[in-house]
Amino acid sequence: MKTSLLASDARTKKRNAAEARFKAYGLSAIVVAMLALAILLTSVLTNGLSSFQQTFIALPVELSAERVDKQGNRDPAEMAKTTTIGYAPLLRDAIVAEVERQGLTTEMSDKDLGDMISKEAAATVRNRVLANPDLVGETVTFDLLAAGRIDGYFKGRVTLESAALDGNTSPEALMIAQELADAGVIETKFNWNFFTAPDASVQRPEAAGLGVAILGSLYMMLVVLFLALPIGVASSIYLEEFAPKNRITDIIEVNISNLAAVPSIVYGILGLAIFINFMEFNQSSPLVGGLVLTLMTLPTIIISTRAALKSVPPSIRDAALGVGASKMQSVFHHVLPLAAPGILTGTIIGLAQALGETAPLLLIGMVAFVREYPAAYTPEAGLFGEASTALPVQVFNWTQRSDPAFVERASGAIITLLVFLLIMNAVAIYLRRRFERRW
Amino acid sequence: MQSLTTPLLLIFALAVIGYFLAKSRALHVAGGDIRTLVSLPNQHALNTALSTIVPPAAAVLLFALYARLTGGEPNWFFSLVILGLGVTGCALSLIGIKTDSRARTYAERWILGLLIFASSIAILTTIGIVFSMLFETFNFFGQYDWRDFFFSLSWSPNFRGNSDLGIIPLLWGTLYVSFIALLFAVPIGLFAAIYLSEYAGPRLRSIAKPAIEVLAGIPTIVYGLFALITVGPLLRDVFAEPMGLGQSASSVMTAGLVMGIMLIPFVSSLSDDIINAVPQAMRDGSLGLGATPSETIRQVVIPAALPGIVGAVLLAASRAIGETMIVVLGAGAAARLSLNPFEAMTTVTVKIVSQLTGDTDFASPETLVAFALGLTLFVITLGLNVFALYIVRKYREQYE
Repeated sequence: MKTSLLASDARTKKRNAAEARFKAYGLSAIVVAMLALAILLTSVLTNGLSSFQQTFIALPVELSAERVDKQGNRDPAEMAKTTTIGYAPLLRDAIVAEVERQGLTTEMSDKDLGDMISKEAAATVRNRVLANPDLVGETVTFDLLAAGRIDGYFKGRVTLESAALDGNTSPEALMIAQELADAGVIETKFNWNFFTAPDASVQRPEAAGLGVAILGSLYMMLVVLFLALPIGVASSIYLEEFAPKNRITDIIEVNISNLAAVPSIVYGILGLAIFINFMEFNQSSPLVGGLVLTLMTLPTIIISTRAALKSVPPSIRDAALGVGASKMQSVFHHVLPLAAPGILTGTIIGLAQALGETAPLLLIGMVAFVREYPAAYTPEAGLFGEASTALPVQVFNWTQRSDPAFVERASGAIITLLVFLLIMNAVAIYLRRRFERRW
Repeated sequence: MQSLTTPLLLIFALAVIGYFLAKSRALHVAGGDIRTLVSLPNQHALNTALSTIVPPAAAVLLFALYARLTGGEPNWFFSLVILGLGVTGCALSLIGIKTDSRARTYAERWILGLLIFASSIAILTTIGIVFSMLFETFNFFGQYDWRDFFFSLSWSPNFRGNSDLGIIPLLWGTLYVSFIALLFAVPIGLFAAIYLSEYAGPRLRSIAKPAIEVLAGIPTIVYGLFALITVGPLLRDVFAEPMGLGQSASSVMTAGLVMGIMLIPFVSSLSDDIINAVPQAMRDGSLGLGATPSETIRQVVIPAALPGIVGAVLLAASRAIGETMIVVLGAGAAARLSLNPFEAMTTVTVKIVSQLTGDTDFASPETLVAFALGLTLFVITLGLNVFALYIVRKYREQYE
């Protein structure tokens, strides 16, 4: 058989094919992983971006005195007796009048027309009137939230076909809405309420917002920052710089690496048993949430802080000791400042991890429906003691509701959460790039 | 707790006053020439402040614990003791200021004590976890036979009593979901790690590695929502319904697939470290004998890295078993012993959440069972972690 070094024999061909196959497997694994990331992000974005827009109806509402101010003395305390139910007819009349003014004809009853406006809108108008009693008797143009189904129609979630099967709206209502939109009465605008408003009940997804959740998450992050950072840094300093090599420090070290791998839900059980049942802190309070997340992030912070301390060369310590500093002074005056960027990076990453954590918070009652903005301090509830919710828990909460409009809200909340995480991680990367020193 | 706030604030004020008093007293003792002092005025001041604040703070912690254990509220006696401790500490350290007193050593002893206290919190957390669960688990087994818990094949809690609380269906769901997750994550993660460390050029590496790490930074609730709104309906419409395997969007497959995506970066970054730890000389030897790169990887690198890879897989398994949000949103709530991956099943973590949220009654076995489940979960994941770390460590020693 003629052989040449340039022509590969059958065996070499086989081996080369195996090589190419193996490489293809590796490449496709990477492609699959990146594809998964892309699909995940696209899915969340396509579902959630529309929650940053909201449909509003601009209606001139006649605030007739006999309806909103029965006593006629413009006293807000007296006027507060008129509930939102008393305001609903005003809005109904306003939309009926608007439909007539635009020259539209419909077979819909006045009540059905009124249902095109969100149930939350009456409260909006009432609050405005109570805040400014001079409005009574005048006709004021309000931007009122459209009902969830109308909002869904302009976002493509609700169609004429689905509306025909839906008890909460009708194809006629959607057609009227379309004509009102053509006339410029109905407009879709940026939805600031999504970030500031509290959660809303199951019937009014259009009004639900993240205000309470963002506030609750912020409080918890403050608790975590003020507890986990000092405790984590202190214990890392002890373990890295002072601890004698013996059984006890060995146990602590093994312990910390194991705590880092304990499932997060176990921390929730711990929080429920210790902080709520034993210490009797308030349920669903940011304080308890913060404490649980502190314990959860401590191992992360300790591990990264120890790595940062370890990377400071011993010559720095020796130089400080050589000119008469005590061990403590060498650590606090020289090693710690040099390790600070690394510690800060680790802390931010730990905080980001805590911000996205959900499972332990479910167990300490943060799933509760909270509409009141929690105060940072009240004499009764103490520091961070008022019931609250948190961003990831709010997402979970919304996924448990049947109205599909809440899926959009949940995805929007996820986008908000991811933006916060992105910012935190970007800051961490920037700090590392800016201040990292190689010795 | 509330009644201890005022004395604590007073102590804090006293410490601030003590700080400045000590500083001026040190200067006074030195007679204007601080070179005669063994310790600097600042160190005297620090010692005084710490002596004022640390003993009362420790007392507050002890008193709070004592009050909780006895069920009483801290009374005026506690406040008095706290104030007394603070004033004594402040006075003693102020009197002790002399030219030759070693304030730096004293202050540093306080600081060292605080550092030791901080590192003991990790231990206290573990003790807290174990005891809080042991205690309630013990209560649970007082009301419910442990043999039924571990060996019963049915799970049907009933808040009117007479519940079946067998862990086997839950464990089955947990292990099934984890198995499917690992089935996706291990090959993909491992191949990605191999390709990135052995084949990829710097450009691909600089894009692909951060992209995969982004997957690790995404909170699990995001994966849960992804399973609920995208993967679940997709699997149901494309596979389950046409094949007649089920109508449920939440299924073992949904949760397993999404959890697999979550675990890819975990497996790949751990394997990456381990593959990189295999000495280059071993690769060069194999390549020098004429092996192709893939033959080198399969026959030299992987066998050398195998213990570490097994460790990584075990760590991933422990992560999968303890994962909560993905299974809460993706796997379903019905406890079932079935082999069909497109059926909804439930896991240990899902049941911990469902038994402990809403109205809970800490006297009924239906609530207490969550602690027994939690303890089981803790023991399983801890065992896997310890075993995995043992394997990884043992392996590392071979090449160092």
